[in-house]
Amino acid sequence: MRKSVRKPVLAIGPFHPLQEEMEFYQLTVDGEIVTDIDVRISYNHRGIERISETLQFDQIPFLVSRICGICSASHPLAYVQAVEEIAGVKPPERALYVRTIINELERIHSHLLWVGLGGHFIGYDTVFMWAWKYREPVLDLLEEITGNRNNYGNVRIGGCREDVPDETIPKILNELDKIEKKTEMLTKAVLDDPIIHARLKGVGVLTKEAAIDYAVTGPTARGSGVAVDVRRDDPYAAYGDLDWSVITQTEGDVFAKAVVRLLEIFESIKMARQALKKLPNGPVAVEVKEIPPGEGCGRAEAPRGETFHYVRSDGGNRPIRHKARAPSYVNVPSFKASCIGQHIADVTLTLAAVDPCYSCTERLAVVDGRNNLIHDYEALLKLSREKTARIKKEIGAPELKLEDF
Amino acid sequence: MNQEELNNKLSEIEDKLIATEQTTDNRTFLLCEAENAYAINKFLLEDVRARFVIATCIDSDDCYEILYHFSYDEIGWVITVKAFIRDRENPAIQSITPFLPAAEWIEREMHDIMGINFKNHPNLRRLILADDWPDGVYPERKGVPK
Repeated sequence: MRKSVRKPVLAIGPFHPLQEEMEFYQLTVDGEIVTDIDVRISYNHRGIERISETLQFDQIPFLVSRICGICSASHPLAYVQAVEEIAGVKPPERALYVRTIINELERIHSHLLWVGLGGHFIGYDTVFMWAWKYREPVLDLLEEITGNRNNYGNVRIGGCREDVPDETIPKILNELDKIEKKTEMLTKAVLDDPIIHARLKGVGVLTKEAAIDYAVTGPTARGSGVAVDVRRDDPYAAYGDLDWSVITQTEGDVFAKAVVRLLEIFESIKMARQALKKLPNGPVAVEVKEIPPGEGCGRAEAPRGETFHYVRSDGGNRPIRHKARAPSYVNVPSFKASCIGQHIADVTLTLAAVDPCYSCTERLAVVDGRNNLIHDYEALLKLSREKTARIKKEIGAPELKLEDF
Repeated sequence: MNQEELNNKLSEIEDKLIATEQTTDNRTFLLCEAENAYAINKFLLEDVRARFVIATCIDSDDCYEILYHFSYDEIGWVITVKAFIRDRENPAIQSITPFLPAAEWIEREMHDIMGINFKNHPNLRRLILADDWPDGVYPERKGVPK
């Protein structure tokens, strides 16, 4: 028997076009099939926990909002809740609602971002352009409320920095209606598309057992039938007062994760709308002077899953320990369960399906094309639907409705 | 399990604990010595069916503390096992990765930054420190310049 057989290893990263951040995946392959995966991270370790221990309590929300440009509402919220737990502070009602609105707007734009990237990864750039186009107005709303499209820095210990002014509420509600309509069209088109079914179904399956073993959270868990959602399980901000449901799918494949994210956009719109209509009157912050000694755990449901912050205070003006856990920290190791046995071509998509955190804070520029042939929106939509119907007929795909999911 | 049943369940491991602290309505801290942490974590995972969230490592003055945070989602509790490692010269604790793959990364991270030896860890390689980082320098320990 030969003692050692050298196995071919395929490298994805540390710099790879599919990953805007540095992560290094080494895939051990047998022909086209992946037999093992090794992940290396921390090419750009920023030492945020260590920096945090040198800052004062009220400066830290602005630091932790920079952990991620996309989850920049959930990290400060989890941190602030941990500190409020230590100090026994209860923020005013209106602040809790404002926090909910900002966090749900963040989820809407983050999920649309993922849908776009997911489309881009499978070479379906129409989905990418649509989803990102519909994401823009959400960022504009966030800019109007907080002053920033990303890194809002809107929570502070004891409440919020900026209020949602009453006079902007009709405008936000109006925008939400428009976003809902467009997203509905996009969702129907994506979930009904036979090419997407063929490409995503049965790919990168994370079983329920593996999801529990790897303790994954967010859409990665909910796509595998594990119904965890901190917003429902440990209600914070105003989530306890709102009427909404946790979306789950049982299949665990990339398609299930896409369905969860798409349907969650509607739940988020529903929640933001309810919070805006119920927004109580009053101040958005209370003054917090000193943080007593103690320890607290704060958590918030970020678009990618549970964000967890642990803070310990010794009564001074700085924390003596601050631990932050982003959801990708537990979601990424689950690749060991979802990628082995897959084809190489499916792995990049499986990696993308947990939505490892990307930082994309640049503004998009609008460029005028010089094409003389102008299809208007309605005409393109009609052509697209005709093409889908034709392909469906050719490959005999079933008729599906949004309600079936 | 509701709150009362959970408290009853947790009292089954009372003999392994130094103390139990409840800081707010749904946050419990279970204080124990490092030797007992393995059994308590296994109990929380397999008998209580709690979900592992993360672990935190703290350099206290007379010991190292490892905090294993678990979430009991049914009623939204965070149960934290606080294990004290008294041996500051050769800090070590039993790894929980063999029965909980989710703990692999964080144990490797704590090994990197705090120099805790996780016994029986299947893969205790560096996770966040660079390959050319000097051996024996643990950036999160006290006394290392910030």
